[in-house]
Amino acid sequence: MNQTDALAQAEAARALRDRFVAAGAVPVEPDILMPAEMLIELYGEDIRARAYTCADPLRGELMLRPDFTVGVAQHHLAKGQGPSRYAYAGPVFRQQEADPDRPSEYQQAGVEILDGTDPADAEADVFAAMAEATAPLGLRAAIGDIGLLTAAISGLTASDVRKAALTRHLWRPRRFRALLDRFAGRKSPPAARTRLLETLETDGDPFSDAGPQIGLRSREEITARLSRLQADAAEPPIPDREVALLEQLLALRDTAPAAGEQLRDLAVDLPAILPAVSKFTARLDALTARGVDPGTLEFEGSYGRTTLEYYDGFVFGLSAPSRPDLPSVVTGGRYDALTRVLGGGAPCRAVGAAVRVHIGSEVARTRGVQWP
Amino acid sequence: MAVKLGVPSKGRLMDKTFDWFASRGITLTRTGSEREYAGAVSGIADVDLVLLSAGEIPRELAAGRIHLGVTGSDLVREKVPAWDGAVMELEPLGFGHADLVLAVPSCWVDVDTVSDLDAAAAGFRATHGFRLRIATKYHRLIREFLRREGVADYQLVDSQGATEGTVKNLTAEAIADITSTGETLRANHLKVLSDGLVHRSEATLFKARRATWTNEDRATLASLAARLETAAE
Repeated sequence: MNQTDALAQAEAARALRDRFVAAGAVPVEPDILMPAEMLIELYGEDIRARAYTCADPLRGELMLRPDFTVGVAQHHLAKGQGPSRYAYAGPVFRQQEADPDRPSEYQQAGVEILDGTDPADAEADVFAAMAEATAPLGLRAAIGDIGLLTAAISGLTASDVRKAALTRHLWRPRRFRALLDRFAGRKSPPAARTRLLETLETDGDPFSDAGPQIGLRSREEITARLSRLQADAAEPPIPDREVALLEQLLALRDTAPAAGEQLRDLAVDLPAILPAVSKFTARLDALTARGVDPGTLEFEGSYGRTTLEYYDGFVFGLSAPSRPDLPSVVTGGRYDALTRVLGGGAPCRAVGAAVRVHIGSEVARTRGVQWP
Repeated sequence: MAVKLGVPSKGRLMDKTFDWFASRGITLTRTGSEREYAGAVSGIADVDLVLLSAGEIPRELAAGRIHLGVTGSDLVREKVPAWDGAVMELEPLGFGHADLVLAVPSCWVDVDTVSDLDAAAAGFRATHGFRLRIATKYHRLIREFLRREGVADYQLVDSQGATEGTVKNLTAEAIADITSTGETLRANHLKVLSDGLVHRSEATLFKARRATWTNEDRATLASLAARLETAAE
């Protein structure tokens, strides 16, 4: 990037942060260098393909921050303070192997609210702050709710083991589909599994050709899984009717108020989602109270399943309809699970969002408007 | 300017590559002393031989510093990001076969597929408090494969050699490595997952898309391609 652009982007990011601070957020400046081990623990091995790793002789493997969320949440947990809202601005770093035209260093500005007092209002607050900060860009909002999906899974007629397996792979649609097909009895298990189950059924020794026990994964762990496989084989398939309802939910696309109607209809047959539907309704009310018209929001049942892996409740994105070639200008959502892991199991409600400043600037240029 | 052809500088891979070109009427020879990495080409005009370590050929191809190169298809996929944008496969050479596979201890009788490995990883992490470790030197290929397959709760640990021994030495729970007969795996009490074939590798002649190709170079490539086709008939 040339110097004029780089300076303009950094100033734009700070202007956005100042706006969030003026609305009551506390400015924070998280570290750029973060322990790689912690990020891998949170995000999984895939983060290595996206973040820059560097080596420090004393501190071990470090990563250049791929986003602000973890740094801000860590800062909050370390301080051990009550409800807080934070604002930040600065560069983030991403490898762009698949798309070398995207910048690997760019400015983000955002807000994180760590406050469990009124979750619906905190979500509406973050959304409204982002909508207001990007108003001149004419963006369209898409929203989703991972909480609805996990609630729907919890309501299936299935063992806890199967439900946990489905929930774990919510963010990996292909594996999720394969599991659902298997659990619904639409796909038969592989031949080797059938043979193994036969051996167990006839009191044969599954370990007869297994060789010596090596490695950290113990014989007890293996036999425990064998028992789980037997239990799974004995379990009846998830009823077609329930699979159809889940699929209906995943495919749901409508304006938020109309989606709300359909969700209430779905809840008649899928009562497990009722609490999540109430939260959804409360969120729309909170948005209305903050001056956002829910009729302008597009609900997508599957939104957030492929790209926003750590979000586990409300998710949203703001993007430019005139520039479908660009990624979203804003993405955000609720990430309670991530803060719970960071905080060593202590519950902590968190919701936040970030503006990709360079994408916003690009949209502003296309529209010929001044921003921010 | 001549077309630069990169070929492995020693061992079986070099000998077989020389044989392969020789059977197509193109003679590659090492010149100078035993230790000097210089070579000559006869039987086709305007081709220069560049002797390189097989592991460096992917990088040289990607950078366009050589026009053509012979190396394992596994090395190109591992070392070159978005490899098919940087190089093109011209011809598989029919030797240097090896499979990149995922393998787990034979005593894991509950694990036969990648899906089982994923389930075992979830259980392992819950029990041991860290992600199941897979030892490999093929980080890119394995990470991409496992992402495509939707496997979670694993981590890759680097192993540049003797990878099959890492499970017994408790530095990894599973491995991903190259095998041709599977004998080393069996000797170390490991088995290949039934759907754990990540890549079937073979020595391959690659063309560098980013190299500078003059009209003369293109003519040279065309005459080389004609020679290869004649041989195929």
